[in-house]
Amino acid sequence: MNRWRVAAWLALAAAVLAPAYLGDYPLSVLDNIMTSAIIAIGLVLLTGIIGMVSLGQAAFAGLGAYAAAYAALNWGVNPWLTLPIALLAAALPAAVIGGLTLRMSGQFLVLATLAWGISFFYLAGALPMFGGQNGLSGIPPLSGPGLALGTDRGMYPVTLAGLGLVVWISLNLLNSNFGRIIRTIRYGAAIGESAGANIFLLRLTVFTIAATFAGFAGWLYTFTLQFLDPNAFSLDNGIQYLFMAVIGGVSNIWGGVIGAAAYSLADRFLSGYLQQFFGQSFNVNSIFFGVIMLVLMQTARGGIWPFFSGFVAPRRRNFAPLAPPDRPPPASGAVLRVAHAVKKFQGLVAVNDLSFEVEAGEILALIGPNGAGKSTIFNLITGLLKSTSGNIQFLGQDITARRSRDIARLGLGRTFQHVRLVPTMTVLENVAVGGYVRNRTPLWKTLLRLNRAVERRALAEAAYQLERVGLLARQAELASNLSLGEQRILEIARALNGNPVLLLLDEPAAGLRYNEKQQLAELLMALRQEGMTILLVEHDMAFIRQVAGRVVVVQYGEKLAQGSIAEIQRNQAVREAYLGVD
Amino acid sequence: MNFLIFGFLIQNALTTGAIYVLISLTLVSVATVTRIIYVPIGEIMVFAPFGLSMLMSGQVPGTVWLLMLLGGIAFLQDVWQMVRARGRHGWRKPVLLYLVMPALVAGFSLASTGPGVPFVIKLVAACLAPVALNPVLFRVAFQPIASATRLVLLIAAIALHFALAGAGLYMFGPDGLRTPGLTGVAFRIGLIPINDQFLLILGACLALIAGMFGFFEYTLYGKALRATAIHRRGARLVGIDPDSASQAIFTIAGVVAVISGLLIGPLTTLFYDSGFLLGLKGFAGAILGGLADYPMAALGALALAGLESFSAFYASEYKDVIVFAALIPILLYRSWRQPAQLEEEHFE
Repeated sequence: MNRWRVAAWLALAAAVLAPAYLGDYPLSVLDNIMTSAIIAIGLVLLTGIIGMVSLGQAAFAGLGAYAAAYAALNWGVNPWLTLPIALLAAALPAAVIGGLTLRMSGQFLVLATLAWGISFFYLAGALPMFGGQNGLSGIPPLSGPGLALGTDRGMYPVTLAGLGLVVWISLNLLNSNFGRIIRTIRYGAAIGESAGANIFLLRLTVFTIAATFAGFAGWLYTFTLQFLDPNAFSLDNGIQYLFMAVIGGVSNIWGGVIGAAAYSLADRFLSGYLQQFFGQSFNVNSIFFGVIMLVLMQTARGGIWPFFSGFVAPRRRNFAPLAPPDRPPPASGAVLRVAHAVKKFQGLVAVNDLSFEVEAGEILALIGPNGAGKSTIFNLITGLLKSTSGNIQFLGQDITARRSRDIARLGLGRTFQHVRLVPTMTVLENVAVGGYVRNRTPLWKTLLRLNRAVERRALAEAAYQLERVGLLARQAELASNLSLGEQRILEIARALNGNPVLLLLDEPAAGLRYNEKQQLAELLMALRQEGMTILLVEHDMAFIRQVAGRVVVVQYGEKLAQGSIAEIQRNQAVREAYLGVD
Repeated sequence: MNFLIFGFLIQNALTTGAIYVLISLTLVSVATVTRIIYVPIGEIMVFAPFGLSMLMSGQVPGTVWLLMLLGGIAFLQDVWQMVRARGRHGWRKPVLLYLVMPALVAGFSLASTGPGVPFVIKLVAACLAPVALNPVLFRVAFQPIASATRLVLLIAAIALHFALAGAGLYMFGPDGLRTPGLTGVAFRIGLIPINDQFLLILGACLALIAGMFGFFEYTLYGKALRATAIHRRGARLVGIDPDSASQAIFTIAGVVAVISGLLIGPLTTLFYDSGFLLGLKGFAGAILGGLADYPMAALGALALAGLESFSAFYASEYKDVIVFAALIPILLYRSWRQPAQLEEEHFE
């Protein structure tokens, strides 16, 4: 046990035993910090992990708070049993708002949550059932046999347990199949979609979880104060929760806790002392935090957490390879059939009446000068673009109008022209992303850490793919430590982990050194030996000569020639296209 | 509802609507050139009428000192950058824009505090500082992160709003303000009394829109700004400095915001933080236009003002709830118009 772990256990003990040595006021401050931290952790998930921002978390907290208070006051529900009501009251509107805005770019979500934050404040202030501006008072405290929880001191253990639960759940969430796939979202939805994931649904899930955390914090707030008014849930508060998360650091769950503590303590200090010097009409807090945030945005977007992260050594286990189940049998005949595909961008015809087939077990190279339409063809096959007319069949199924993730699930794996990996995840974790669909568990099992068996298998299967491509020894390193050539091979391993029948490689040799190209060529040939079918776009003719059995040449979106390397090299039209010879 | 009330509500809707249109058009143009959603435009709006009222009572508005303070910071930032880049930039811009200009504004404001100074001079003095503030704010808050993602820029904009709102409270206090009408003329069309402010606002709105259109369409500098909006790096390659272009569009935004603030002053009681809500309603219109489409943004802003005016009559307590809840169908429309995007914005 290293000394930082000792320090962590001591901190936990100090937190648990706090009521024994702290007075009522410090305990109330701690209650407040922990409640805020729960909301800030939700924002860490949103902002740091999936790259979205919400200003409406205070309003979600308000929904949970008011729902609990209303149920306890008007329906006589036992305060403990109002918890599910509070959570649902926050989660359902979040699902609706998220459903409306998460398809769009991040700033629309921000504006939607901003409008939503303001609306809630005015609504709570206007609705008679919520007591209007006077709020709701006389809310019964949480109680139980032998328990008196109606005070800050009484609520301390409840709040601490609540925060502990939220941290535990969040860590479980991130350290899972679900966590790995959502961590790809920031680096482009195409990664997740090509692993068969529904990125929209995943973002909606994370947004709803963050709102549910806020609803939980609202519930704690209600029974700590036993009084509610709209001012606690204004837009300004929503902005402050975001500030907490950013100040603490959105790259880690603990950033939410650190941020809440730092913000609340600074806030109290400023209100308590500086206000006396400058007078009541000087909102020094607002100026201070505004300026702090501007400085952070310019100098340290990671917030406070990076100063701590060095102390926490990540636990990295090595996994023994395990062959994945139900690997597809080697296909026969034409795996992919592109027939008369046309793609027009307004006036520009990028792909014009293009037809070709990829036979099972072959490596087919698609070549052509720049702007020939190769990337467009790739995007048509993978479902990123919809063809204007024509037909594309994969394993006998029509995929012309299918979505990316559905095509991926049929057994089509791909890599990207510009490597897309999650640099902050290990090599092994990046490969495990490819097996996302196979290793899904119900969300509640993930949250409660009941997915351990599946997790072990998922990572062992990823290790199997790493062994297959020869990167097993690097499994515990961060993906960003790999060279470009190794990163390209890592992408292939990730694609292989989806058990594909057909592998689409987008310029796999681009930017590689000679040795790296040799390794890549050997890998592709070994894969073909195993029965894998590969379609690749490539410029490097030496590389193509080495690996490709057949070549299709494209120019101006049309097929110029096809055949073996030798045939293509003799072809007069191809020579003209490339060399401009008459 | 009778015809009189209807006419009154329509007139009210058009008056506030014209302001929202101005704000939303400004936000769209700032967003296209700089990718920044200029949240603090609301603060700039209220700085002018509050400044005017302070000048009328013989005081120097705090915005002047704020301008000088921020100008000093901006100057130091430029000097620091020059030291690090070994004189890549000239001295002229930082000295003129961040030192001389704030000093001139301060001098003009000081000179126009006296009781004998004509109203027009005080009006100009009240406008100068809040307008001059904008390019300085860009330098201080946004220029160092101009190439960051939209999300980072938005968080910075919100932080700036927070800081400026705090400064507004310090400079102007928590009390409300209602400036007198600028002309005091009133007449009737049929039975409906026509407010002079109504005509003034409509006129100013049309003039500003025509001015902005002419600027972007017919002047070289306007075209340069449009080029920056379309492709930042491309614009830089043909010799347009994106930072100066951004400061120019911020200044234009400041002019529009200050005029809007002065126009709305006599219509409603303003508080130091009123601008935020006004700006937000301009946003709503801008969102309808997808932050890129001018006519849609203007239409959206007008529709929102109509909704606000009529809901203020029928359900005044829920006025703001209805207006902001109206964003939901607007967003639904946008999400239906715009297909799912596959490239994401990162935070860091």
